[in-house]
Amino acid sequence: MKTKNFGRFALIPYAIWIVLFVIAPLLLIAYNSFLDIEGNFTLLNYAKLFSPVYMKMMFNSFLYASIVTAVSLLVGYPVAYLLSRTKHKRLWLVLMILPSWINLLLKTYAFLGILGTEGPVNAFLEAIGIGGQQLLFNDFSFIFVSTYIFIPFMILPIFNAIEKINPSLIYASRDLGASNITTFQRVIFPLTKDGIQSGFQLVFIPTLSLFMITRLIAGNRVITLGTAIEQHFLVTQDWGMGSAIAVVLIIAMAIVMYATRKIMK
Amino acid sequence: MSNTIIRFENVTKVFDDHIVLDNVSFEIERGKFYTLLGPSGCGKTTILRLIAGFVEPTQGNIYIDENCVNKIPANLRPVNTVFQDYALFPHLNVFENVAFGLRIKKVSAHEVKERVANALKFVNLEGFENREITEMSGGQRQRVAIARAIVNQPQLVLLDEPLSALDLKLRTEMQYELRELQQRLGITFVFVTHDQEEALAMSDEIFVLNKGTIQQSGTPTDIYDEPINRFVADFIGESNIVEGTMLADNLVSFANRTFDCVDMGFNQNEPVEVIIRPEDLEMTSAETGKIPVKVDSQLFRGVHYEICCYDDFKNEWLVHSTKKVEVGSTIGLDFDPEAIHIMRLGETEAEFDKRLEAYED
Ligand SMILES: Nc1ncnc2c1ncn2[C@@H]1O[C@H](COP(=O)(O)OP(=O)(O)OP(=O)(O)O)[C@@H](O)[C@H]1O
Ligand SMILES: [Mg+2]
Repeated sequence: MKTKNFGRFALIPYAIWIVLFVIAPLLLIAYNSFLDIEGNFTLLNYAKLFSPVYMKMMFNSFLYASIVTAVSLLVGYPVAYLLSRTKHKRLWLVLMILPSWINLLLKTYAFLGILGTEGPVNAFLEAIGIGGQQLLFNDFSFIFVSTYIFIPFMILPIFNAIEKINPSLIYASRDLGASNITTFQRVIFPLTKDGIQSGFQLVFIPTLSLFMITRLIAGNRVITLGTAIEQHFLVTQDWGMGSAIAVVLIIAMAIVMYATRKIMK
Repeated sequence: MSNTIIRFENVTKVFDDHIVLDNVSFEIERGKFYTLLGPSGCGKTTILRLIAGFVEPTQGNIYIDENCVNKIPANLRPVNTVFQDYALFPHLNVFENVAFGLRIKKVSAHEVKERVANALKFVNLEGFENREITEMSGGQRQRVAIARAIVNQPQLVLLDEPLSALDLKLRTEMQYELRELQQRLGITFVFVTHDQEEALAMSDEIFVLNKGTIQQSGTPTDIYDEPINRFVADFIGESNIVEGTMLADNLVSFANRTFDCVDMGFNQNEPVEVIIRPEDLEMTSAETGKIPVKVDSQLFRGVHYEICCYDDFKNEWLVHSTKKVEVGSTIGLDFDPEAIHIMRLGETEAEFDKRLEAYED
């Protein structure tokens, strides 16, 4: 009885937190999205979203998020797999996760240095005779840096899923005549689907709304919905438009979450 | 084709500086039922894993059909395993688990259906095809694991304690059925258990293992009647083991008395260990018995009473009897000369066999 009451009591701070910092802002955004720049009620913000400019942004956002997620998965899965076979796997894992504890902005600035015209990569390219290249402010650098930043969130859940597989299942599959490749297809991959699903969501959803990296690394060449929201709130001060984009983005994320869960079933 | 399907040649297996199998050699003949019997950690599963190809021997060679298979991967060996922890695939239902091996071999859909149905019927799991593994009890899972192995009709099936999770009735039933299946299909079974009754009931041949070595191998009756040492005698059924002295051929002394026996080939006055099985002891009155003992405790075991007595020299004597006695009373133990089995101290299996052969002629 007592613990039950205490349990309820202990939930109160959490509930307050959720209401104040999650639900209230969401409602505010939704409310704002129906206001024009003067503060009058309007549906125009949503109408504008269907203009070619915003449709292209939306398309870009999904395109880049998909590429970053796909690259993270293609690189992250084998890494997670190899990681689970190495000796000091926990140590390697921490080394790989470590960068994600560093502030995003710091990492981004670090890449500005590394990939810049005066940076070590260009110095190396000069040295081996290829010559200096413009590495920043293009699609490649954007995808490269975004993948670098988000890949730990792909590796970790997949690694955990692989670790959870009972090793006898692999033996059983081999015993029943399956080669290594067949064992991967029929046993390991299906049993790591949950991990892939988590990794997918943890990478795809944040990349959908990226803005800082787009500006700093891609030099505003890649304009995504995230960039647009930032522009509206901080530059044009059109909060209504920014909120409308945010609402659409939130709905899109919800759909993605729901869809991945359905597909992975 | 030679009759030997598996041969271990001086196989040693070391895990992290720990010798798990120590220079083990044996042969397994086609079409027989073999049991590996031994206490936990003695290396039974390791032998199966070596045969299946999940681990490589540290030293020595393993032959299947007289081909050295040290470097042959598990998926290319004509062997299927029933795992100690079942190792059923959690993402597949019962049907697909059993069908796994057939699907890999690209057997036609129609044949898969038929063979899986037959295998499930054999393990009494008809109608469970569409169940998820998580919806099966421990005993049912064990039977799915058996079905998954035998459905492939391999030359050799390795079974790692496949009946341990079943209740006594189902267990006995499955013992009969497995034995019957093995004889019907004519395939070779290597069966692991630490239940000596199961081993005695099912096997053509038993290997008794301890600490990574084979202590004794032979038919169930050989091992039961002529255990080579105290370990085997103790492990195969319950035994009374006392120290004695071999006075001459067919004459042994223990418990301060002299008895006729049927063992020979010992040195004069050689110290030996004497075994008498509890069911070979007969209870009579203190005056007529060969050894007078005092009843210490009595336990009802269902079929018989297990009576624990002590003689005047603090030797413990276990008696199995359908008759009841009074705890604290003094009784006499009677037995035939044939009931006495004499063991030489520290005799190896080879020496033991040689001695038996010598006086059988
Ligand atoms: N992969 C491994 N790494 C290190 N040691 C191992 C490994 N596999 C087995 N061993 C050790 O080898 C010894 C024999 O193990 P094994 O599994 O063969 O025993 P067992 O006879 O099957 O026992 P049980 O009846 O409990 O199943 C044990 O001491 C075990 O700790
Ligand atoms: Mg074992």
